[in-house]
Amino acid sequence: MGLNSVEIREVVKYHGTVIAVDHLSLEVRRGEFFSILGPSGSGKTTTLRLLAGFERPDQGEILIEGRSMREVPPNLRPVNLVFQSYALFPHLTVFGNIAFGLEMRRIARAETQSRVHAALGMVKLGSKHDRMPSQLSGGEQQRVALARALVNRPAVVLLDEPLGALDQQLRQEMQVELKAIQEQVGITFIYVTHHQEEALTMSDRVAVMDHGRVLQIGSPQDIYESPVSAFVANFIGLSNLVEGRIASMTDARCTVSVPDLPTILVRRPGGVVEGSQVTVVLRPERLSLARDVHRNGFDNTVPARIDKTIYNGSEMHYLLRLSNSALWKVRVPNSGAEQKRFLNGEAVFVRWNADEGVILSE
Amino acid sequence: MPRRAPLPRLPGWLLMPSLAWLGIFFFIPLLLVLVISFAARGTYGGVEWTFSLANYATLLDPLYLTIFVRSLALALGTTAFCLLLGFPLAYYIARAPLRWQGIWLLLVMIPFWTNFLVRTYAWMFILRTEGLMNTVLMNLGLVASPVEILYTDGAILIGLVYGYLPFMVLPLYAALARLDYSLVEAAWDLYASAWNVFWRVILPLTKPGVIAGCILVFIPSLGAFITPDLLGGARTMMLGNLIQHEYLVVRDWPFGSAISFVLMALVLLGMMVYLEVDRGRGDGRRPSVW
Repeated sequence: MGLNSVEIREVVKYHGTVIAVDHLSLEVRRGEFFSILGPSGSGKTTTLRLLAGFERPDQGEILIEGRSMREVPPNLRPVNLVFQSYALFPHLTVFGNIAFGLEMRRIARAETQSRVHAALGMVKLGSKHDRMPSQLSGGEQQRVALARALVNRPAVVLLDEPLGALDQQLRQEMQVELKAIQEQVGITFIYVTHHQEEALTMSDRVAVMDHGRVLQIGSPQDIYESPVSAFVANFIGLSNLVEGRIASMTDARCTVSVPDLPTILVRRPGGVVEGSQVTVVLRPERLSLARDVHRNGFDNTVPARIDKTIYNGSEMHYLLRLSNSALWKVRVPNSGAEQKRFLNGEAVFVRWNADEGVILSE
Repeated sequence: MPRRAPLPRLPGWLLMPSLAWLGIFFFIPLLLVLVISFAARGTYGGVEWTFSLANYATLLDPLYLTIFVRSLALALGTTAFCLLLGFPLAYYIARAPLRWQGIWLLLVMIPFWTNFLVRTYAWMFILRTEGLMNTVLMNLGLVASPVEILYTDGAILIGLVYGYLPFMVLPLYAALARLDYSLVEAAWDLYASAWNVFWRVILPLTKPGVIAGCILVFIPSLGAFITPDLLGGARTMMLGNLIQHEYLVVRDWPFGSAISFVLMALVLLGMMVYLEVDRGRGDGRRPSVW
């Protein structure tokens, strides 16, 4: 068997006349935490349901552990799904819910007992085995749903926005815990979410989907630092997109001329030619602001005027109006020193180094 | 599940009309029937006011016991067939697109728009020896000579199942429409076969609907009277016909009353046993399923 836990080959799925998944191909390695990130309607949930077996591809093929899943119904697939709504059986106790899969596979009673209790321990619910799901909090129900999948030791655990219903704080705690559990059990996780922070913090690799297609697959760092398209750049974090033309190039850098702005220095990617139109991505937190024009070693300095300020506790969010009337977002950590903050209408200089800018390859 | 705010309380006197109605037209007559059941038949019909348990003792006569057993068997059979036919139908309706659910439910209920007596006469035309069913069967070459079905217990069963199927489908549909389908998918995902998905998840979660449907079918079939009268003919009698016979033909009101009370007691006993069993297992929050 190869390294891949899951292979999706040229899969097409229509919902009526609407194409939900459009010639999708991807490979997930064994033991990997793989996220599929996309807005609603991007086909990510359909992809998960195709893997679980609830839907069948109209074209293409899905392999799990090297075995074709064509004609294999959900109950015979080596995968378990953690539902967005948890889908805990309301008429069974926590124990009954977690033991369900083992009972269906006729695992001996003693082994079922010990595996269920081990799973309960793993999700820190050891003392609640005899509760009914309705007696649990949302976070606890989420843990039961996870344990119900893990206890079967499937080849792949599929997770459909499992943290979506939790509040922000619990969500962040669960992100850390989920990643730790995944590393401990070593099972392949395929995690579907529209929440970019979740995908970035937990995943080994992320696939960004839109309109049934994969736009980019890579490590969180690849995706954030080198987005291939404006959609990816905007969907993963905030971005300022600047349209320009490559005026000149050296080995390491490009000079991009932008109408009504000073020229911008950007790191040179592979495969660009002089004179071509390009889009430059500038992340708001990589830009800094100053009142004086001193270069201080920055490669780029552009004048702007503060249009709006938002105090967010840990950061100041500024909206800037540039001389070409574009609006840029800039985020600056709050130092607490009030005189360092900028006021509405104030004239400032935006400064950054050439390496902070990324030229989109599309 | 969203918790609804409790309804505001109403002043108690608003109960008076319904209490008065039930008291005058239901409770007092029922009491009268009970009293009469201990009396004796007068020589020319009418009631002779004595007290004895003779009417109840008469019921132990094999002649009447047979009718009891036949009624019970037919009512149980009707309930079983309605459940077997109704569950897949209700499941199909509950899983259909919303617009179609309305159309299907309408089709299930349309028979109620016509008089039950008329519909039962229609069954006589279908089932009789030269009727629609035999014509079709013989033309298809499935049978050589007409099947004698009218005026048998089989005809009664067909008529009862036909008549009470909607009472099974509607509560089943209500229960299945509330069922969260992701639970079915969860069971399927957790290695359950189709049989286990049904047996371990769908059935337990729709049990209140199943029980409500069974009660709604079983009770009226046990006391059915038009269907056995028309489709069963003179040879087969059910409790409903026996009561009618005693009251209107033999004019033995006390004996008819005794049969009525035993029938009622049987139904109540069944209910109480069920409620006792269910309370032991339930979560204690629901007062009862009906």
